[in-house]
Amino acid sequence: MKIKADTTVCIGAGMCVLTAPEVFDQSEDDGTVVLLQPSPPADQEAAARRAVGLCPSGALSVVP
Amino acid sequence: MTDVTLTTARQRPFDPPDELAELRKRGPIHRMTYADGHRGWLVTGYAAARAVLADPRFSNRPEHMHPPIPARLELSNELREHEFRLPPGFFLRMDAPEHTRYRRLLTGQFTVRRMKQLESRIEEITEACLDRMEAAGRPVDLVEHFALPIPSLVICELLGVPYDERGRFQDDSKVLFALDSRAEDVVGAMTRISAYLYGLVQRKRAEPADDLLSGLVAGGELNDEELTGVAFLLLVAGHETTANMLGLGTYALLANPGQLAALRDDSGLVDNAVEELLRYLTIIHIGPVRTALEDVEIEGTLIGRGEAVTLSLPVANRDPERFPDPDRLDVTRPAGGHLTFGHGIHQCLGQQLARTEMRVGYPALLRRFPDLRLAVSPEEVPMRSDMSIYGVHRLPVTW
Ligand code: HEM
Ligand code: SF4
Repeated sequence: MKIKADTTVCIGAGMCVLTAPEVFDQSEDDGTVVLLQPSPPADQEAAARRAVGLCPSGALSVVP
Repeated sequence: MTDVTLTTARQRPFDPPDELAELRKRGPIHRMTYADGHRGWLVTGYAAARAVLADPRFSNRPEHMHPPIPARLELSNELREHEFRLPPGFFLRMDAPEHTRYRRLLTGQFTVRRMKQLESRIEEITEACLDRMEAAGRPVDLVEHFALPIPSLVICELLGVPYDERGRFQDDSKVLFALDSRAEDVVGAMTRISAYLYGLVQRKRAEPADDLLSGLVAGGELNDEELTGVAFLLLVAGHETTANMLGLGTYALLANPGQLAALRDDSGLVDNAVEELLRYLTIIHIGPVRTALEDVEIEGTLIGRGEAVTLSLPVANRDPERFPDPDRLDVTRPAGGHLTFGHGIHQCLGQQLARTEMRVGYPALLRRFPDLRLAVSPEEVPMRSDMSIYGVHRLPVTW
């Protein structure tokens, strides 16, 4: 599984970091999403998927 | 079928009005008559509410506004007369990309990491409030000693507003949230808070300190009018909201002793309990309201261009398709995904701050007063049905 993040639409709400802290971080400057693990390991996949579903701005997607 | 209206009258303190809960059983979207006669919509379903809030074809700009409840009619007319001029920088009522510019300047200050760093300071503030509450002796009003001062102190410190100047905005801020305020009083209150904050911006320019407002001034991206609007939004949004969650949340725990005991005895439950209290209580009970900029289909219903849509977040958060057995407070359920902070580009900027304040606040309160209980009968607790943010006016407690 691969995750894509579009920082131009991210609103820095932090839901991703709260949900899957090993996969996502937020930039110190503008709070937008930073992908720590674009291809999350198997044990992080479920949390990463939940984060994609919770993201309020539609910045995150799962690449098939 | 006849149109519905948005009622705020509740039968039980923690449950949304029965009429609205009944509506949700009939479907996710309903024709609603607004206070100015406009025919728009009311959304009661979780998935539909999420879809509207995430869709850029719905605007939050004030010129499209229709008042969802009669108490907002006069204010809506007043704003119309003033051509809907809101303070510059008041980005809650802007659409992208205008909204994006302001939000971007602030998100770096409200990241999950920044809020975790604030945690120890929030703990100190909380313990100091609890010391004063204990010293005041029982019974006390929990709102005055705990629920209101914690978030007020925190947002003042974060922004750089001297706490001893809170008299300059706290009463006016109540006027903004009271549904029965006269329009001219609301405008007066907004003007006074803005004037105070404009002066504060000038002071930060002359004497910068280590706070958010000084940082924004130094950043040089915003002019003084915009800085005033941003400070206004943060100050007003940041102190009444969490205050009501702390007050109403404590009342809900006292009314559900099993849940209170579970949280008190297992500190590992706190993150979950905070999400569940947010879901169960959903203190933003009127709106958000959006307007369709073009025809949009939501779950098979065509929303026409120019039609207003009111989202009932308390009812959407009790949608059994999303949260099984939704009317039960259960601090162990996975309650993430609730709509209490909204959804889409306006999803609450301060949510990680609010979460931190609650994660610190509830356990500290239960540790200090393990036998905390109401000092009056439940019928005597004055509920805030008359305010745009739901909660308790006062919560007399003893221990
Ligand atoms: C439990 C407490 C809180 C609740 C339930 C809450 C709820 C909300 C909701 C529902 C919205 C979206 C409104 C809409 O879409 O029209 C919102 C936006 C906002 N909130 Fe909160 N809020 C809380 C605490 C805070 C705090 C502590 C701050 C302070 C910093 C804050 C600042 C904001 C701001 C600035 C916005 C506008 C965001 C934007 O337009 O991009 N909120 N809040
Ligand atoms: S959840 Fe979405 S909007 Fe929020 S920080 Fe992560 S990517 Fe950005």
